[in-house]
Amino acid sequence: MDRYRVQSPLGRATGLGSAKGGFTHWWVERVTAVALGPLTVWFAASLIAHTNGDYQTLIVWLSAPVTTVLMILLLFALFWHMALGLQVVVDDYVHTEAKIWMLLAIRFACVTLATVGIMAMLYIAFGREPHL
Amino acid sequence: MKRLSSTHARPLSPNIQIYRPQLTSVLSIANRISGVALGLCAIALVVWLAAAANGPETYSRYQKILGSWPGQILLLAATFSFFLHLSGGIRHLVWDTVRGFELREIYISGWIVIIISILLTFATWLLSQMIGKGV
Repeated sequence: MDRYRVQSPLGRATGLGSAKGGFTHWWVERVTAVALGPLTVWFAASLIAHTNGDYQTLIVWLSAPVTTVLMILLLFALFWHMALGLQVVVDDYVHTEAKIWMLLAIRFACVTLATVGIMAMLYIAFGREPHL
Repeated sequence: MKRLSSTHARPLSPNIQIYRPQLTSVLSIANRISGVALGLCAIALVVWLAAAANGPETYSRYQKILGSWPGQILLLAATFSFFLHLSGGIRHLVWDTVRGFELREIYISGWIVIIISILLTFATWLLSQMIGKGV
């Protein structure tokens, strides 16, 4: 099937119209949303259960293998979803040259934050003894 | 982009500042605002994890900030944003299955989102208070 059939010759020449990447953006936003539903509810419930709990209890919970795996999945889905969502906000409201810089900043910040979060979880899970 | 757009100042159609806010439009922008707010919460989450990984001193400093009254107000706002974005997101996922597009249904689901978000925020706060006091 000719994937350019719906585009007018002028549209093709000027390079306007769909860049053919819109569906993936839309779909991944949904996939991460579906993943984030149970993950964030689990995390929120766990936080409530740990209200006023001491540091030791928190670390024991965080370093449990199930917690570590779920937290890493949460961070992964969260920052992916956040990058896609913030990108749409910038796409919609920013029409100056600042746009490209903002899109770059969003991507870099999200990937960095996810990496730092995952690193912190691994550090807690496999960390040195003094923390316990 | 600029080369293709008009350089003349065209009259704009009536814009958002003169429209009466409707439940539909308010919830639409609320989903976006709560999403951006949750982005800030996501940064706080990573700082919290890093503080926990760093050790008990750093962690207790973080907890002290969170326990102060501005911290508690922000936490309450974050909780409401979370439930609003969560229930609003579920509403969007239902729409994605091409269901609930009748005007009546849209208003019903809209009010459900608001009521559920307020109730769950209150329930979370209450439950946290009870557990904090050791009930």
